[in-house]
Amino acid sequence: MVIYGVYIVSKSGGLIFNHDHNVPKVEVEKPFNFPLDIKLSYENKKIVVSFGQRDGIHVGHVLSAVNGLPVTGKELDDGRDVLEMLEKSENFPITLKFSRSKMTTNEKIFLASMFYPLFAIASQLSPEPRCSGIEVLEADTFRLYCYQTLTGVKFMIVAEPSQPGMEILLKKVYELYADYALKNPFYSLEMPIRCELFETNLQSLLETVEKSGISNV
Amino acid sequence: MTIHNLYVFSKNGTLLFYEEWNRLNKSGMTKEEEAKLMYGMLFSIKSFVSKISPLDSKEGFLSYKTSKYTLHYFETSSGLKFVLNTDNVAQNVRELLQRLYSQVYIEYVVKNPLCQPNEPIQSELFKIKVDELMKKSPSFLCRSL
Repeated sequence: MVIYGVYIVSKSGGLIFNHDHNVPKVEVEKPFNFPLDIKLSYENKKIVVSFGQRDGIHVGHVLSAVNGLPVTGKELDDGRDVLEMLEKSENFPITLKFSRSKMTTNEKIFLASMFYPLFAIASQLSPEPRCSGIEVLEADTFRLYCYQTLTGVKFMIVAEPSQPGMEILLKKVYELYADYALKNPFYSLEMPIRCELFETNLQSLLETVEKSGISNV
Repeated sequence: MTIHNLYVFSKNGTLLFYEEWNRLNKSGMTKEEEAKLMYGMLFSIKSFVSKISPLDSKEGFLSYKTSKYTLHYFETSSGLKFVLNTDNVAQNVRELLQRLYSQVYIEYVVKNPLCQPNEPIQSELFKIKVDELMKKSPSFLCRSL
């Protein structure tokens, strides 16, 4: 039973709150010989695997460390270029660490505003009249639940596909939002939520749901 | 239980085939415009899903549900996309889409030399077979008789 994260999107489509709950860390460290048997490419200021997935290294994973030294962009901390380094046989054997790239806050804001039109188009393309937007989006690794309040605020939960009772949890989160964010005199609408009480209460709510199910809330 | 409509897209987004059975709401645009909107939405959902996914995904996006209908998505490794809208109680739709691909698309489009790849499917036989398959499936039950 895992809940991966909670997002709140305002009426105008901006991300006003996000909370990473239990995001699993995907990391693989392995020694390699010359020549390298996976294809790497440099895109979006990261070195990513573009072909040749094996042993837990997947296409899209980012090179995060070489011989234990962290990689930033395409350079090591001491200024050496990683791609050039990997072409020279004298640097081998070498230990490379790959990990799934973590979303930055900017990417999260970008994704939240991307969901907004998807939600609208889904209701426009509906074969039935008077249809809502996306309520549950299912993929093979997670399920995203979305609840839109009457005022247009969207609450989203990303959880494991088998996790039950998420619709009820969304309403509970709405309750917390109404109690701790909206009743906070220092909170202005449409702005990011920075209320300590809201965060601590949300955290404990998510933990109880994960441990003992939705029925005990 | 009902099946509303079916879209088949090629790997570069051409609408190859469209058929509807029970559709009450017209979107108010032409079929071409609607297909473009649909493809654009699916394309965005795919990239959205691959970014927000906490683990490495294999199949990626499977379906989404709204208050009135469920959209099921099935993409083959060659990039062919099948999109089927049903109501929210339909089951085993993924299996149905796989059957549609292997038993109808492969048999009556790929094995038909007159069907050009990446062009809308004109074959009358394909249309009949799709209709047959859908009407045979237990999810298909016409409400608006």
